[in-house]
Amino acid sequence: MSITVQIPTPLLKLTGDRSEVTADGADVKELIEDLEENFPGIKERICDETGQVRRFVNIYVNDEDIRFLQRENTPLQDRDRVSIIPAIAGG
Amino acid sequence: MKLREDQIERYSRQIILSEIGGKGQSKLLEASVLVIGAGGLGSPAALYLAAAGVGQLGIVDSDRVELNNLQRQIIHSTGDVGRPKVDSARDRLHSLNPDIRIIPYNLRLTSANIMEIIEDYDIIVDGSDNFPTRYLINDACVLADKPLSHGAILRFYGQVYTILPGESACYRCLFPEPPPPGAVPNCQEAGILGAVAGIIGLLQANEVLKYILGAGKLLNGRLLTFDALDASFREVKVLRDTDCPVCGDRPTITELIDYEEFCQL
Ligand SMILES: [Zn+2]
Repeated sequence: MSITVQIPTPLLKLTGDRSEVTADGADVKELIEDLEENFPGIKERICDETGQVRRFVNIYVNDEDIRFLQRENTPLQDRDRVSIIPAIAGG
Repeated sequence: MKLREDQIERYSRQIILSEIGGKGQSKLLEASVLVIGAGGLGSPAALYLAAAGVGQLGIVDSDRVELNNLQRQIIHSTGDVGRPKVDSARDRLHSLNPDIRIIPYNLRLTSANIMEIIEDYDIIVDGSDNFPTRYLINDACVLADKPLSHGAILRFYGQVYTILPGESACYRCLFPEPPPPGAVPNCQEAGILGAVAGIIGLLQANEVLKYILGAGKLLNGRLLTFDALDASFREVKVLRDTDCPVCGDRPTITELIDYEEFCQL
């Protein structure tokens, strides 16, 4: 299984400046664990201590916000496209 | 509103657009837009809104022009370094288009002053540079029922989104709470390419012009993101959150919050 993940600007340091990576997982929770294995430190930037996605970060599966799907349990399929989009404030 | 000869000449290249015409130009001249921040986003947005003939343009900023601003804040010039940004912006906009009214606000927005300032405007442009101000602006616009164009930038990346309170999702529907201090870097820490500020600021101006003209499809309900290194735009859906703390079914935020004490970036 191969899922494309868009990495946002604030997390690029963790992926060696790669803005698009591939990862695996049957759901979003597993996908984040897989990302953490390859890019240590990325999970705590996305999730809080309880494993929930932080309130200023959104995860989209094929452009749909997982908060309106099944949150961290949202199932993933081969070739899904996942975007991680955090709030930014620069002006 | 009847257009004068010189107005017909000045705006002729947009008056010939069927979406605008004399009627649309009159709408622009009768419109009032508040641009918050005369910085990377506010500079291009204000310049193009002024050039298009938006009749009243308010500019809010409490900073002075610094040399390191000029790489992206194109409303200011080298000779303006040290001057209040609103003065520099007013002079530049006035020389570009003396046909419009420019109202400078040399102040920092707070929960105490924002409501009376936005009251006088049809639509608000958020070109601020910090989370406390951005959440303050969102909440104030929702409470006052004012349309809001949101834009934000970092390094080679930008986001644009349009909020129509009561109709489509607000910024808190998208991101319910600001991050804690230091969790997301700002432009000062992380840098910003001037052209990215220009692109995002102009997308905001474009949204404002369409809103005033009632033309086209706004970026409400969809967040547009831009990656300058890829030269790619992407779009994700933004749904109204019935649990949104400010515009949801049972709002918990009914008064404005000044976040700065615990969220100084
Ligand atoms: Zn909302």
